Amino acid sequence: MARSHLVVEAMQKCGVSHVVWLPDSESRFMYDALSATPAVKLVPVCREGEAFGIAAGLQLGGQTPVVLIQNTGLFESGDVLRGTFLNMQLPLLLMVGYRGYHEMITKQGPLDSAAVFTEPILNAWGINHYLVDTDDDVDKISKAFQESRDKQCPVAILIGREYDA
Amino acid sequence: MISRTKALQQLAKARTDEIVVTTMMTSREWPAYSDHQLDFDSSGTGMGHASDIGLGLALAHPERRVIVLNGDGSMLMNLGQLVTIAQQAPPNLILMVFQNGVYEVTGGQPIPGPASLDLAGMARAAGIPRSHAFDNLDAFVAALPGVLREAGPIFVNLHVVSDETVPPPPPRVSAPERARQLMQVLAQKA
Repeated sequence: MARSHLVVEAMQKCGVSHVVWLPDSESRFMYDALSATPAVKLVPVCREGEAFGIAAGLQLGGQTPVVLIQNTGLFESGDVLRGTFLNMQLPLLLMVGYRGYHEMITKQGPLDSAAVFTEPILNAWGINHYLVDTDDDVDKISKAFQESRDKQCPVAILIGREYDA
Repeated sequence: MISRTKALQQLAKARTDEIVVTTMMTSREWPAYSDHQLDFDSSGTGMGHASDIGLGLALAHPERRVIVLNGDGSMLMNLGQLVTIAQQAPPNLILMVFQNGVYEVTGGQPIPGPASLDLAGMARAAGIPRSHAFDNLDAFVAALPGVLREAGPIFVNLHVVSDETVPPPPPRVSAPERARQLMQVLAQKA
């Protein structure tokens, strides 16, 4: 599992101003590190769809938001993701908790359909994505961030494993 | 009940340099009374999300007032946003909901529960204490200067009817172009 401070440091290097999120099992390890980082403002939402609208408003206003949600919340948010960042061709670093990923690849435990559908749905929307599962993967965050800026579109980081604190 | 047309006309007269975010029927009607660089048509960004976009703009530009002209159907799609707004508590955000009890853009089918719906009450219960409801144009006009000045967030629920011919929609600007225009204007004015 990538250590939380490395992920937050990567976000800070990208100049992230706001993390708009709804906590999930795969990303919850970052809460304490994000809360302790005054330069990054946390904006919690009640439902994941709000995150994309708020992030779009922040982006239009010249800020640098990240959306941090679980893959299930990504599915819930489909229409507003389509209507904001895809339609308006805006950059976004989209961080997605990849619920069920390890059970899917190790075939241990019941298969979670949330994992089964995650990459096919991102592919259907044309959203490129990178897996961050260990410290060695953390440099993909800045790569995804820059790619989103270069191409003016969302690019996703899939967060692979629940953190055992 | 208030004529939505007259309410929008009065708001357009009172408005100065606020960002105004419209959606659905307000996107269609507002341009007939306002031609301002800080008008943002959020149509097509996702039903129910004009208030989210407005909140994001308010957080991005705390020095500038943001007014969202929402519909009741749109508001019902995203009620959790009231709690999110209450927690962020941006003093520069005004969320106006035009409540006519129907989905007007699809032909006037009733929204769920129109007879008992109390959106101002919901906003207050969500934690937005400055929540006002108006069903009289004179009362709305008298309150408008204070609404545009007082510290928010502010929720305004207008009970309206569409009693005048709605102007034809303005020429469509593409979504990327609308985004670029707003971003450029805000960057220039920053």
